[in-house]
Amino acid sequence: MKYLDEYRDAHIARALLTEITQQARQPWVLMEICGGQTHTIMRYGLDELLPPNIELVHGPGCPVCVTPLETIDKALELASRPEVILVSYGDMLRVPGSHADLFQVKAAGGDVRVVYSPTDALKIARQNPERKVVFLAIGFETTAPANAIAVWQAKHERIENFSVLVSHVLVPPAIRALMTSPDCRVNGFIAPGHVCTVMGCGEYEALARDFRVPIVVGGFEPVDLLEAILLLVRQLEKGESRVENQYVRSVNYRGNLPAQRVVEEVFEIADQKWRGIGIIPRSGLRVREEYGDYDASRIFHLASITAEEPAECISARVLQGLKKPTDCPAFGMRCTPHNPLGAPMVSSEGACAAYYNYRRNLCGSATLARQSPEAS
Amino acid sequence: MAKKTNSLEQLTCPAPLPVKDTIVLGHGSGGRLSAELMRSIFLPAFENPVLARLDDQAIVRVDGTRLAFTTDSFVVKPLFFPGGDIGSLAVHGTVNDLAMGGATPLFLSTAFIIEEGLPMETLRRVVASLRTAARNAGVEIVTGDTKVVEKGCGDQLFLNTTGIGLVADDLELSANRARPGDRVLLSGSIGEHGIAILAQREGLEFECPVESDSAPLHTLVAGMLKASREIRCMRDPTRGGVASALNEIAEQSHVGIQLEESAIPIREEVRGACEMLGLDPLYVANEGKLIAIVAPGAADSVLEAMRCHSLGRNAQIVGTVRESPSPLVTMRGALGTSRMVDMLPGDQLPRIC
Repeated sequence: MKYLDEYRDAHIARALLTEITQQARQPWVLMEICGGQTHTIMRYGLDELLPPNIELVHGPGCPVCVTPLETIDKALELASRPEVILVSYGDMLRVPGSHADLFQVKAAGGDVRVVYSPTDALKIARQNPERKVVFLAIGFETTAPANAIAVWQAKHERIENFSVLVSHVLVPPAIRALMTSPDCRVNGFIAPGHVCTVMGCGEYEALARDFRVPIVVGGFEPVDLLEAILLLVRQLEKGESRVENQYVRSVNYRGNLPAQRVVEEVFEIADQKWRGIGIIPRSGLRVREEYGDYDASRIFHLASITAEEPAECISARVLQGLKKPTDCPAFGMRCTPHNPLGAPMVSSEGACAAYYNYRRNLCGSATLARQSPEAS
Repeated sequence: MAKKTNSLEQLTCPAPLPVKDTIVLGHGSGGRLSAELMRSIFLPAFENPVLARLDDQAIVRVDGTRLAFTTDSFVVKPLFFPGGDIGSLAVHGTVNDLAMGGATPLFLSTAFIIEEGLPMETLRRVVASLRTAARNAGVEIVTGDTKVVEKGCGDQLFLNTTGIGLVADDLELSANRARPGDRVLLSGSIGEHGIAILAQREGLEFECPVESDSAPLHTLVAGMLKASREIRCMRDPTRGGVASALNEIAEQSHVGIQLEESAIPIREEVRGACEMLGLDPLYVANEGKLIAIVAPGAADSVLEAMRCHSLGRNAQIVGTVRESPSPLVTMRGALGTSRMVDMLPGDQLPRIC
């Protein structure tokens, strides 16, 4: 893993921290978009190491967290049908729907299977021609190409018992929505490196220009993130607002064109609901009409399933970087990964779960750190 | 969202789930859900001081003799994997549970729950493996049982093994004995069993295949106890991995434990696989490793004894027990900051042992 170790190197990290401290004269609020980046910040304690005038707030980039409640309810409904095999990424199984999660449906006899790739779901469909295999296709631009390929392949191989329940979200419209909110305090963004590996950097230019905000495409290791922060700080101190690419070992300006083409072939842009945030115009993907036979929402007539998200936790404000997870009165007490009140506590990439898993001990109260979920 | 900014305030999180009223896979994960099952169902039903110690084995006195007694079930899938199979795993798992109490393992029982349709050849292979593993560990399988269930009511083959062994009179090892200042010793590199199983099950191929570390640890333990009796407790970090085992010790001893990330041995292939699969090796199962909590003055001599044994060659001191108002396990990373190492709420990998 030599290729990774240099991005976790303590000497390089310390040199970057010194440089950031010297360069940052004013207070700046920076947002990392991706949940994977939040996870690294918490795991390595980067926020503790930064000078006090650099504040990191955490963005909406956890795909599990922002998948709307009604998509989960639809998945639960499908999973409980005897003819259906519901196939999903592992993290989705613990996300609470209105009344249950997929683990519970599985325990009650539903056929729920975990895979690492949608092409494995396709394999399950080939092996079980008498069953209907539905893949819960969620995620940002990163997972869209693989999901699109599975649909494309199913159509070309005429695998008729395969479909996808889609909840795909896009990053740039979410940044736009965040920046138009009057409460927004973000001065600079760390854009998600994996999303940009697929999509390139071009679509962030308009955002940087329109909102005069610097955007640095960043990686996922501690040195990546510190470098991205340094690039943002340099721009901010000089009053610049450009798109820069820190994650050059993975991202090029135009992105992965074949991947973009297959996404374009299978999906089209649509309005999309984000859990904890609401509908953001043109911020998601849906299956094109031509591939309608592979769209689980259409073939299983799921449109009637809707869900209101009841008011309980502050995830809307957490996902916009307006609040820290620890500002929530339920954090760590009534809301834990064991008994999540909200999606950011469910996924390991969720901001609340990252704070809970890595930082509960530093949240001030020994009672909180000690609090066992069973006692709640 | 962009239309009405006020609506942002109203859109919030989903309601909590109702209290779980059915068993889910996570209840068997060795993490928080398993602990909850223990606390809410088993402990109140069977209440007694031996069980209440929640060690890997019960130690009871019968006619002046101290007997260690343990039982374990094996539902591993696939039955055969690189580095072992369900048969050798059953022997090692049970021998190790006895060894963690400082016992000399003597006799095992084996119960077979077989699904109708299992090829006889498969059963023969498993039985041969049980025999070899028992012989190599110096224990005898002296009793057993066979049940066959209908097709679809089991998954090929489940095994249950019970073991008994003898414990020296003056030896007291228990998870409630860790004290501030004690050192945490780990017998070797972690995560190999879990990754070997996962790779086999998911058809993942790595450049250097990872083999299960499944092995009997009682001779390693004997060497350690010979070096010093100031070992407070031992655990073999199986399901739930090193993280869960240390959390249990911290909780039962009312102490904190601080780990040093750089000291924890992890093989390159395991690190790579965990990186790729998004797993934390601290939570991945081991079947041939042990954690020992040792008094500070004895740590070096115990470490040396471990390193003299083939199963402890890569042993390391990986952390320290600390006074703490709450039973927290933390780990200091390369950048000098500490993070919590919590117990897993549920499953990381289902059914690995």
